[in-house]
Amino acid sequence: MKSMSKNWPLWEIFIRSKAGLNHKHVGSLHAADAAMAIQNARDVYTRRNEGVSIWVVESSHITASDPDDSDPLYEPAKDKVYRHPTFYDLPDELKHM
Amino acid sequence: MNTESLEKHFNDKIEEDIRIEPKDWMPEKYRKTLIRQISQHAHSEIVGMLPEANWITRAPTLRRKAAALAKVQDEAGHGLYLYSACETLGVERDDLLADLHSGKAKYSSIFNYPTLTWADMGAIGWLVDGAAIMNQVPLCRASYGPYARAMVRICKEESFHQRQGYEIMLTLCKGSEEQKNMAQDALNRWWWPSLMMFGPTDKDSKHTADSMRWGIKRFTNDELRQKFVDVTVPQADILGLTVPDKDLKWNEESGHYDFGEINWEEFYNVISGNGPCNRERLEARRNAHDKGEWVREAAQAYAEKKSRNKAA
Repeated sequence: MKSMSKNWPLWEIFIRSKAGLNHKHVGSLHAADAAMAIQNARDVYTRRNEGVSIWVVESSHITASDPDDSDPLYEPAKDKVYRHPTFYDLPDELKHM
Repeated sequence: MNTESLEKHFNDKIEEDIRIEPKDWMPEKYRKTLIRQISQHAHSEIVGMLPEANWITRAPTLRRKAAALAKVQDEAGHGLYLYSACETLGVERDDLLADLHSGKAKYSSIFNYPTLTWADMGAIGWLVDGAAIMNQVPLCRASYGPYARAMVRICKEESFHQRQGYEIMLTLCKGSEEQKNMAQDALNRWWWPSLMMFGPTDKDSKHTADSMRWGIKRFTNDELRQKFVDVTVPQADILGLTVPDKDLKWNEESGHYDFGEINWEEFYNVISGNGPCNRERLEARRNAHDKGEWVREAAQAYAEKKSRNKAA
């Protein structure tokens, strides 16, 4: 019998915990295909009613930002305090704003 | 950045309690330590299914059987959370399993003891899961993000394991003389191995210093063991059972229980493969893996065929 040399692909699992909330990453698991990934995600990540909807994405399809690039990536937002409402000086008696 | 400044950046994050995530730079020893600890932990969950699975078909009531099934299924899930956390460190699942099956990787020594009576299901839930919780709660704050997140899930689920175990003990202790004796016998056999679960004493623990410095561990083995004894002895009193340690006594001055010397020779024997059930446990794991091979291959072949058909 030929020996199984390869793992089943890895899938990232996202779960919507209830209607109205977004899907959130909960972890990963191995499965032969997408249908099995959903079945396994049901058993591994929703044994106590944690979800109403499951997304599965093969891990190799995810492109992630590089933490070493954090500075150039996020620097541009750091000095733009005027994007926040508290930047604007308004009188205390002003209501509903 | 050169290695030195990368290391400084890493140490600063540890210092500030900022979690380390998979793609962040980390020292090789930190990565190795995590792989060892997380995979051992995963193996323990998987091997830990075996002693209890032994009693599922013989549970005394349907209620107990449903609980035992749910608990063993949880252990499988916990093993899977941990294996996938471990894989974020760049190791393959197959290699982790191969190390378990070859005997190279270790797992918790406690699962190499046999489950002789139904009361053992109670003692395991109460003591073994109790000790595991004591160990695991601080790990929810471990410095490595994926490990800490897996531990949060595990701890949330683990509480029912301990409560159902204690309930089994309570029922036996309120039952006939014979049932109470069974509970006492289970406590006698599981008490010391449960204390051993916290690992070697601080002075003999090779890994504690590094793990504490890196924020993987938050308390030492001896601190956690003491905490476990302090909370568990009063629980034994409620059951009306006697902890099998003649040196056990409350120390007014320290505010803790003093307890007797652990048989470390037994601990090291079981760890190195000579416990009562080591061979049986590994054989069961290897068997399950080998006999499942055709299923894994068939599923893979089916997935490949489906994707070919879709492409055509």
